Amino acid sequence: MSLFYLLAVILIASAIFTITQKSPVYSVVGLLVNFLALAALYFTLNAEFLGVIQIVIYSGAILMLFVFVIALLSSGVGPFRAGPNRLPRIAAPALLTTLVAFGFLIFGIAQRPFGPLPPHRPTSFLGNVGDPNVFGSVGDFGVALFTVQLLPFEVTAFILMVAVIGVVLIAGDAVPQPTLGRHRPQKRAAEREPILKAPAP
Amino acid sequence: MNPYAPVGIFLAVAAIASAAFCIVPGLLARRRPNPTKSQAYECGVEPTSEVGGRFPIRFYLVAMLFVIFDVEAASFYPWAVQMRALRVYGLLEMIVFVVVLGIGYAYVWRKGGFQWR
Repeated sequence: MSLFYLLAVILIASAIFTITQKSPVYSVVGLLVNFLALAALYFTLNAEFLGVIQIVIYSGAILMLFVFVIALLSSGVGPFRAGPNRLPRIAAPALLTTLVAFGFLIFGIAQRPFGPLPPHRPTSFLGNVGDPNVFGSVGDFGVALFTVQLLPFEVTAFILMVAVIGVVLIAGDAVPQPTLGRHRPQKRAAEREPILKAPAP
Repeated sequence: MNPYAPVGIFLAVAAIASAAFCIVPGLLARRRPNPTKSQAYECGVEPTSEVGGRFPIRFYLVAMLFVIFDVEAASFYPWAVQMRALRVYGLLEMIVFVVVLGIGYAYVWRKGGFQWR
C-alpha cells in the first residue's frame, strides 16, 4: 500500500511538472516519468501486459513522436511566453464540472454497501483472478486475444494497415522534390505513355 | 524473491551508471574551454546551421511509421508467450495478421516510403 502512495505522489508531481514547464522538452521528460510511474502502478495491480505496453508503446513510441512534433513545430521558436490570463473566465465552469463529477463519484460510492466487498473472483483461463500471473498477465491476455477476442485483433491489423497507407499518402509526398532522388512522378508518367499507346493501332 | 527483482536490479544499475556518466566527468576532468571546444559537436564536421533550424518532414514520416510498426510488434508479444498453448490455430491467426500488415508494408515500400528522398 505504501508503494501505491509513493507512485501516486510521483504521478501527480510529474503531471504538475509536465504542465507547468515553459520548455516543451522538459514537459516531455515529465511525461516520461509519469508514464513510467503509471506502468509501475499497473505492475502492482498484476496488470503485467498493460504495464509492458505502457512502457513499450507510450514511453517508447508515443513520447518519441512528441519529441519529433516538438522538433518540427517549435524549431526556431523560443520558450512559450505567458499569454493573457484566461483563468478567471473559465474558473466558474471548471468548478461546476468538478463539483458535478465529484457528485457522481459520491453517488456511485454511496450506492455500494459499506464494509468489506463481497468475495468476487471470476476465474480466468489460467486460474483465479487476483492471484499473481493470472488475470492481466501476458499469458492470460494472449489466450483471450487469440480465442475470444479474435475478430478485434484481426480488425486491428486492418486499422494498422490503413494507418500505414494514410501516413504515406499524407506525409509521403508533402514536399515534392522532383529534382532530388529517384521518385519522379512526371517522368514516370512520360515513360508509361508509349506502353499504353502501343496496342492502339 | 519478487519476480520483478531482476528488473529492479537492472533499472538500479542503469540509473547508477547513467548518473555516474553525467557526474564523474564533471568532477575529474580539467576545464580549459576555448571557442573551438565550446562549439556544438556535429560528428567532427563544421556546423552547417543553427541547432533550432527546420527539419525535413521525412523525419516525421519515419516517426509515424515507427509508431505503427511498434504497435504491430507489440501484438507479437502475447502470442509469443502463449505460442505453445495456441498451437497451429494461433499460428494461422498470426499469419493472417502479418499478411494484412504486409500489404501495408509492401505499399510503403512500393511508394518509396523507406527511401530517403
